[in-house]
Amino acid sequence: MSRVIPYHEALREALALCLEHDPRVYLMGLGVPDPKGLFGSTTGLVDRFGPERVRDMPASENAMTGVALGSALAGMRPVLSHQRVDFALLAMEQMVNQVAKWHYMFGGQRPVPILIRMIVGRGWGQGAQHSQSLLSWFAHVPGLTVIAPATPHDAKALTLAAIESDDPVISFEHRWCFNVKGEVPEGIVRAPLGEAHVVREGADVTIVASSYMVLEAMRAAEQLAEDGVDAEVIDLRTVAPLDRVTLARSVRKTGHLVAADIGWTSFGVGAEVVSAVVEDAFDALRSAPRRVASPDVPSPSTPALSAGFWPRARAIVDAARAQLGRAPLPAEGPPPFPLDVPDPTFTGPF
Amino acid sequence: MMRLRAVEERIAARYPEQEMRCPTHLCVGQEAAPVGVCAALRPDDYALSHHRSHGHYLAKGGDLDRMIAEMYGRETGCSRGKGGSMHLVDLSVGFLGAVPIVASTVPIAVGAAFGARMRGEDRVAVVFLGDAAVEEGVVHESLAFASLERLPVLFVCENNLYSVQTGLEARQPSGRAIHELGAAHALSHAQLHGEDVFAIHAWAEEAVAQARAGEGPSFLEVLTYRYLEHVGPYEDVELGYRTREEVDAWRARDPIAHATRALADEVGPETIDGWMRAHAEALDAAFERAIAAPYPEPEALFEGVFRGTSTRLGEGT
Repeated sequence: MSRVIPYHEALREALALCLEHDPRVYLMGLGVPDPKGLFGSTTGLVDRFGPERVRDMPASENAMTGVALGSALAGMRPVLSHQRVDFALLAMEQMVNQVAKWHYMFGGQRPVPILIRMIVGRGWGQGAQHSQSLLSWFAHVPGLTVIAPATPHDAKALTLAAIESDDPVISFEHRWCFNVKGEVPEGIVRAPLGEAHVVREGADVTIVASSYMVLEAMRAAEQLAEDGVDAEVIDLRTVAPLDRVTLARSVRKTGHLVAADIGWTSFGVGAEVVSAVVEDAFDALRSAPRRVASPDVPSPSTPALSAGFWPRARAIVDAARAQLGRAPLPAEGPPPFPLDVPDPTFTGPF
Repeated sequence: MMRLRAVEERIAARYPEQEMRCPTHLCVGQEAAPVGVCAALRPDDYALSHHRSHGHYLAKGGDLDRMIAEMYGRETGCSRGKGGSMHLVDLSVGFLGAVPIVASTVPIAVGAAFGARMRGEDRVAVVFLGDAAVEEGVVHESLAFASLERLPVLFVCENNLYSVQTGLEARQPSGRAIHELGAAHALSHAQLHGEDVFAIHAWAEEAVAQARAGEGPSFLEVLTYRYLEHVGPYEDVELGYRTREEVDAWRARDPIAHATRALADEVGPETIDGWMRAHAEALDAAFERAIAAPYPEPEALFEGVFRGTSTRLGEGT
């Protein structure tokens, strides 16, 4: 039987296994060896593997991305971490121009095995520069594999597969997933890169989600089931390259599509999911696909505006009901706990 | 140096034929730094470069045929035609690559040295950069990290005074020589004239020995000059951003003339003429082979975006 452990421990297990089994793997990032260890995902690893392999780094994101690339060309397998996606933007040049293209533009001569971890913030007043979900930016660039593990199992299995990949991988880890618990096998466990996962089978509507929105999609599916709507939930797991086959297959079964995304609505992952399905399975669609994502405004800090910015399960339920021609559910009363935290046990600071 | 000069002049001569369909930045006049530095390196040492990279590639031992074929967009090119003049690579001699985004290979070279050290190898990495590169923040981040870790890296800044057509005086403060930035990051540093390949080589020998001994990185500024335009085969004095007098003054300090004078007593003018003839003949053959080589098949467009493989934990080297 699998143990039940939180997401951050699952990440740590994957990293520890890779460090243990492959001397070429090393971890680098601001705070990686510090006592908090990136929200628990690297705590204690420095004691076990030493500061050479579990490294802190200067606040030089662009250079350190180049250093990771250069070391990969020299035969290492670096794992570079950012405590927030937003800091990775300082390294866009190296990620987009160099890391993503190196294999192609030099005629495929050398693998570029790099994992770049980025943590997405949300809620608790993270504000405009600490909460961005920029999956679609990276997904747009050929040469980057973009993963977004939603569950503890996938946090371990996708991270391990990403470190083993001979291609560069960008991993989006959502802060609201970090304390979520789930079954995770011990030892080496892999999930395939590039394949979406049907996490709940259903016949009436397809809900496609990634990262934290998978958890909201599952809640939405439960609520829909109470009214007799049988939703199929697909976790993209890998956002790019997109597994269009699984999406089209599901919509051919259900005829309806809701795309739920942790990012902004316009030009987002949801837009790509809808486009792919329209191109591949237009004849199967029985209603216009819908997107559930944040409105196109920067993330506000005040809890008073959180509900209007971060969509939750109810927004997915409403979108699915509308597609099926069902009347909207009655307006919700006040939420049982503040909407700027993942659950009532959370008391900050983050 | 004579070989680099011959290659670059031949490229310039044939570029107007419109068969080399990629931007081409020639290093005529700048040959001393690549040759002087690379002669101090082992084949398994790493080198990286920027858009003006032909000299660095060849001086590190890169394959001439494959370089010319790359410029002609052929399948036999060193990057299978996917890169062109600005993306040269020859892994067999440690030339890890060149890219046109100014300064971007500087951290990558630092990373190559870092990786080599983590693997217990005594390789040195050299990165060639232009004077404009030091205006990019990533260079300072890279110098700081290389210094912090005492990494075996040589930073070789070829200061040819111009970033495209913008002069140094519009880009950098007067009274601060570029090599002094090395001092700010606690690196060994020096400034040499690009006329003198022997002095550059002597510096490189010492810097390489220091790097291999674990005594850290070095920074060299070479005062040099491109005789031809920023990109393309022609002179460009008529643009007015630099004067004929300035070009002539630098041509009077030509690195090849300097080396030839220094070697005249040793080898004699006939031998030097013989070298030039041999280079020219080898060049003819390289261009013929490149032009005769096939273009990549259309399917190659989709090949190599992803490697599509994985290396299981603990496998491989």
